[in-house]
Amino acid sequence: MSRAVSRLREQTSLAASASRVWAMVLRYWYVIRSSWPRTAELVYWPLVQMLMWGFLQSYLAQTTSFAAKAAGLFIGAVLLWDILVRSQLGFAVAFLEEIWSRNLGHLMMSPLRPSELVAALIAVSLIKLMVAMVPVALLAYLFFGFNVLSLGFAFAAFFANLVIMSWSLGLISTGVVLRWGLGAESFAWLIVFVFLPLCCVYYPVATLPVWLQPVALALPPTYVFEGLRAIVLDGTFLGTYMLAALALNLVYFVLGFAAFAYLLHSARVNGTLVQMGE
Amino acid sequence: MQKLIPGTNGSGQPPAEVRDLRKVYGEVTAVDGISFTLGDGSITALLGGNGAGKTTTISMLMGLVIPTSGEARVFGADMARERHNVLHRMNFGSPYVDVPMRLTVRQNLEIFARLYGVRDLKGRVAEIAADLRLTDLLDRRYGKLSAGQKTRVSLAKALLNEPELLLLDEPTASLDPDTADWVRSKLESYCREQRATLVLASHNMAEVERLATRVIMLENGRIIADETPAELIKRFGRDTLEEVFLAIARRGSEDTEMGS
Repeated sequence: MSRAVSRLREQTSLAASASRVWAMVLRYWYVIRSSWPRTAELVYWPLVQMLMWGFLQSYLAQTTSFAAKAAGLFIGAVLLWDILVRSQLGFAVAFLEEIWSRNLGHLMMSPLRPSELVAALIAVSLIKLMVAMVPVALLAYLFFGFNVLSLGFAFAAFFANLVIMSWSLGLISTGVVLRWGLGAESFAWLIVFVFLPLCCVYYPVATLPVWLQPVALALPPTYVFEGLRAIVLDGTFLGTYMLAALALNLVYFVLGFAAFAYLLHSARVNGTLVQMGE
Repeated sequence: MQKLIPGTNGSGQPPAEVRDLRKVYGEVTAVDGISFTLGDGSITALLGGNGAGKTTTISMLMGLVIPTSGEARVFGADMARERHNVLHRMNFGSPYVDVPMRLTVRQNLEIFARLYGVRDLKGRVAEIAADLRLTDLLDRRYGKLSAGQKTRVSLAKALLNEPELLLLDEPTASLDPDTADWVRSKLESYCREQRATLVLASHNMAEVERLATRVIMLENGRIIADETPAELIKRFGRDTLEEVFLAIARRGSEDTEMGS
């Protein structure tokens, strides 16, 4: 066996692939670790949102019987919404770091495969999510007595469905930036917010106009927020909703990866990988 | 104009081979049907004015840009489709592509060593740092380095995996004359000892004259010269490669002015 063939076998092994993913996770971890303002920024918005909705709920609980009954509904919703937002931003911003630092050319020229880059972005989105949400969840318990872990298995199902959706959105937004450059950066920052009204974060699907309800029901996070309301208001865990969300999520993730792969190919055809800018 | 030089590396394939390569962006033809083959251990300079097609050609050799037609092969792999079979055997450096600013030199080099599957990565990083006079800078943030120091880090990254094919864009940009000369010596000895193939894009003609065994000159996406620096100088009746380059560039601009 020639040296070239043996080196190729080594490079295509699972261990080599895992090592490349680990290298990228380390790269992003070093960035998080190197800057306390960036770490603080991860916690800042979730904390502001949680406090605002928490105090609003406390006020409403004193004035309306529904809000008194639905203690934790707003805080629960805002915490879950922030899981979706922070995870998507964690994914997309980690990728944007490569463009801001003009490092993308080195990565694309290295043996790192697109699927490995995606795996690393998924891992770093989870790390950033933990950095952002663990302190906020603790403060939600201390300030308002809302313990997100009291949701038990339901919380695990909510969490899984939200982060998978965030990765699909991350794949599409990074693909768009790969293809159209930094001019499309705002797309990566804003894409998730279109889901805020459509996924019925703070109100039931029935509140939407009838023609808009099928759109909401085609989005996995809608089932998560409906599921949260069912637990908080009725103490019921909607398992079928979680399975429906998971099935939709698998479809969206496959579509998201296909879009990423297509847009990367398109960037290579159009030469935008070597002219990454506005 | 095509020169065929058989490869003798482990795969039995030439390090780089370009056949009828063409790249069109909309109405602009960046590379217009060029062909060349690079032999093992050769040092080839890709020259040309701005917009001549150097960057596009190198980008297609790296697989970052897919040709409109024709082929760019590295160690026999079609870089449009099979680049991941050979990327670990090549590397590139450019002062126009950075490594992450917030990371230290050591962190950056260790990350790239992992990406390239380098064995004994800590040992290799220490070795390359010592070789390129970077040892004292290893724990400094890359973003805090001077332009010349960054160029040396870029070179260290490019040599980390001991590539058989090395693509370098302006390898001595921002270096003082003494350090630039030292880097050229390093590159010469690396290519000689490793029998590595080097493709160089540079506007420093003295550097090209010293390093390159072959010059491929591009104009408007086409090869207008493909020979040794000495042959090129002789053919144009000049004393230096810089004079040849200027003569070609001014001929091009006169043609443009006459055309308009």
